[in-house]
Amino acid sequence: MSEEPLVKMRDVWLEGRSDETWNPIINGVDLTLQKGEVLGLIGESGAGKSTLGLAAMGYTRDGVRISKGTVEFDGIDLLTASAAVKRELLGKRIAYVAQSAAASFNPAHKLMDQHVEGPVQHGVMGRGESEEDGMELYRKLRLPNPEQIGFRYPHQVSGGQLQRCMTAMAMSCRPDLIIFDEPTTALDVTTQIEVLASIRDIVEQFNTAAIYITHDLAVVAQMADTIKVLLKGDEVETADTRTMLSAPTQEYTKSLWAVRSFERPLKPAVHTGSVPVVSVQNVDAAYGTVPVLHDVSFDMHEGRTVAVVGESGSGKSTTARCITGLLPPSAGQIMVDGEVMPPDYRKRSKDQLRQVQMIYQMADTALNPRMSIGQIIARPVEFYLGLKGAEKRKKVDALLEQIELEPSQYYHRLPSELSGGQKQRIGIARALAAEPKFIICDEVTSALDQLVAEGILRLLARLQDELSLTYMFITHDLATVRAIADEVVVMKDGRVVEQGPKVEMFKPPHHAYTDLLLSSVPEMDPDWLTNLLTERGVDNIGDAAVDKM
Amino acid sequence: MGNVLTIILQRLALGLLTLLIVSIVIFIAVNLLPGDFAQSILGQGATPEAVASIREDLGLDQPMVTRYFQWLGGVLTGDLGTSFAQANFASFSGTTSGATTIAEQIAPRFGNTMFLAMITAAIAVPFSIILGILAALYRNTIFDRATNIFTLSSISSPEFFLAYILILFLAVLNPIFPSLSNIFDGMPFSERLEKSMLPALTLTLVVTAHMMRMTRAAIINLLASPYIEMARLKGLSPMRVIVKHALPNALAPIINVIALNLAYLITGVVVVEVVFVYPGIGQLFVDSVKIRDIPVVQACCLIFATAFILLNLTADIMSILSNPRLRHPK
Repeated sequence: MSEEPLVKMRDVWLEGRSDETWNPIINGVDLTLQKGEVLGLIGESGAGKSTLGLAAMGYTRDGVRISKGTVEFDGIDLLTASAAVKRELLGKRIAYVAQSAAASFNPAHKLMDQHVEGPVQHGVMGRGESEEDGMELYRKLRLPNPEQIGFRYPHQVSGGQLQRCMTAMAMSCRPDLIIFDEPTTALDVTTQIEVLASIRDIVEQFNTAAIYITHDLAVVAQMADTIKVLLKGDEVETADTRTMLSAPTQEYTKSLWAVRSFERPLKPAVHTGSVPVVSVQNVDAAYGTVPVLHDVSFDMHEGRTVAVVGESGSGKSTTARCITGLLPPSAGQIMVDGEVMPPDYRKRSKDQLRQVQMIYQMADTALNPRMSIGQIIARPVEFYLGLKGAEKRKKVDALLEQIELEPSQYYHRLPSELSGGQKQRIGIARALAAEPKFIICDEVTSALDQLVAEGILRLLARLQDELSLTYMFITHDLATVRAIADEVVVMKDGRVVEQGPKVEMFKPPHHAYTDLLLSSVPEMDPDWLTNLLTERGVDNIGDAAVDKM
Repeated sequence: MGNVLTIILQRLALGLLTLLIVSIVIFIAVNLLPGDFAQSILGQGATPEAVASIREDLGLDQPMVTRYFQWLGGVLTGDLGTSFAQANFASFSGTTSGATTIAEQIAPRFGNTMFLAMITAAIAVPFSIILGILAALYRNTIFDRATNIFTLSSISSPEFFLAYILILFLAVLNPIFPSLSNIFDGMPFSERLEKSMLPALTLTLVVTAHMMRMTRAAIINLLASPYIEMARLKGLSPMRVIVKHALPNALAPIINVIALNLAYLITGVVVVEVVFVYPGIGQLFVDSVKIRDIPVVQACCLIFATAFILLNLTADIMSILSNPRLRHPK
């Protein structure tokens, strides 16, 4: 690899504008990429990964600027190149795969029209030839029905398939470099595998260089030859994948690696005959005329965490809506402490409502942006406990202390002045304010970085021990399940396919679907994906495996 | 497509219902106009007997509800009624033959108004959309600002002022177009077109600003979307990004503004018609209000309302059709 590198970024400084001032995003990072090499760029949100990835294309979003440094692509200085020169490179020699394919495909045009646009506009191929090539790429990416799928509109194709169509589109001109910006973050684990395998295959096949941006270490371990770790715009360290995984030198990298070690001790088995805190009994539910849940039953006992896992659309959140009474079930019943709940929350008494509280996935949208933290927490305190004045303030302060935020510092702040993890803590405090027995945690850590998420999990565990709370933990992340669950309920297509204590769930033999879910969770071993694919047989990944059941 | 058809049928039914409600509002509002036809035609010295007799002839002595249903029944069977002004009163001549119906009276006027509206639309709609696209493409440049200033000043000026300026420059100083638009039946198309040019240009100036600014805003609004970023990162030219990737997704709001402006061209052009002596429906309307010729006023209002509802309905349906999710369900 003595030849000239494909991408050479030297001492690159990036700034973003907010409130009329320029704030640093990337502080003097160097990046070198050889032809055919895959570089993994990892870091938490706000580390500047995407901004750096886009800068490697000579592109900055509105309100971002490159204040210093050089970016060279194959000897061409991208920062001084004219717009026309850059347009000639973009799409043709440098391509981009975005995080959300659903948002990044134009809803108004068919997939194939968007696919051929690059080659035709850049004069690489004619339309007919490019369409043929597109179908060939779809076939290589193992998309179902490769001859037809291109003639659909984006909304007619599933998320995982769209993500592969976008990879095909990036490949359409056979670029030398592709920037993958979190291409699998929005996908379910079983879908993620297919996309990862497809991307890796095609990148190897055409010897394309790639920058793979992600916050998921296990994913990057499968994809990258080299890993670069970023923290708040600074480079922490860079090393080849195996060295980085086995012997990280920096404290920060080690802490990232260690996150997955958190695991709660086992609890003794539930006494037979004890009344469950919440019991879901033979529940059917439908949205309009579309049935969503079929005969869902499971119990949740005091002081326990029941993890409900499954892919998107499997009915996890719908079950939660039935328990809270937001969606009255069409059959079956919900019991709390042995008492049958009215199906509609409007018919429940204040005390019945108080028992069941919720914490949401998006703390951003679940907190009223115009109310201060104090007001947000005080509202349920007043509503459920009837406290007023100084007593109310005392209770709010106590709650803030419970979630490890200094009351005097946070009471008057607005949600916008808090970080993601802090906002989620406020969500927890708001749920605690009602003094409930039972809390539904709906994907509460999936929008958070791993370190922050771990903090939230530890907090929830501590609160459970102190207040003997019962949690229903909705998640699609099996690492989270492993960390905190006592019991696991696996859902698929609105049915419970398997349930039982965690130890048993993680021990074979599993139900076939549980097995697929478990084996699809990426592991830190760089050979994991290769081994898994060999094990499953290449044609048997993802969709095919699900269909077989 | 079944989905889209249901939506369209729903909108149609809703449109009809709106029209029915509007007919009630029109009837009540027109009847609340102070003074009445009999009084105004007979003048100050009329005897109460004469007034009562005319009122009786015209049916004005009937209760309002009865009159409404008589009118509605007539409208539904295609009979808009007879103009008071054209009627020959039984008490004076003993016959009602020879009276022109309102339909006959309005038809040529309405045709003229539609002609003017269509010419204006043919000029104004492409002009504003192209201007809007260019303004979005060259946003925040001198061109963008100049376009904004030009369209905003023309919409902010009174119509008669714009009309006189155009007459000054295009008819008086440079005699290109005639300043009087007295068109009549049987006039050849080319001459009609030439005579209607100045009012059409005036109206174009009035309606351009809305459409152009909505086009610009709707496009710019989309420029931050991920698929626009993707289009840029595919190395497409800025013009292609806007026309091919932004515009198709910006159509719904643009179509709605176009419909509103077209409706204005049919219903709101009184001043321009007066300035250019253009024999459109607006003039007829104003004249009829002056002499309290209630059936004509009602008929005009109903036509205006129908035009408004139909155009908005068309806009709704086109917006729906511009959404690929509805055109091609999963």
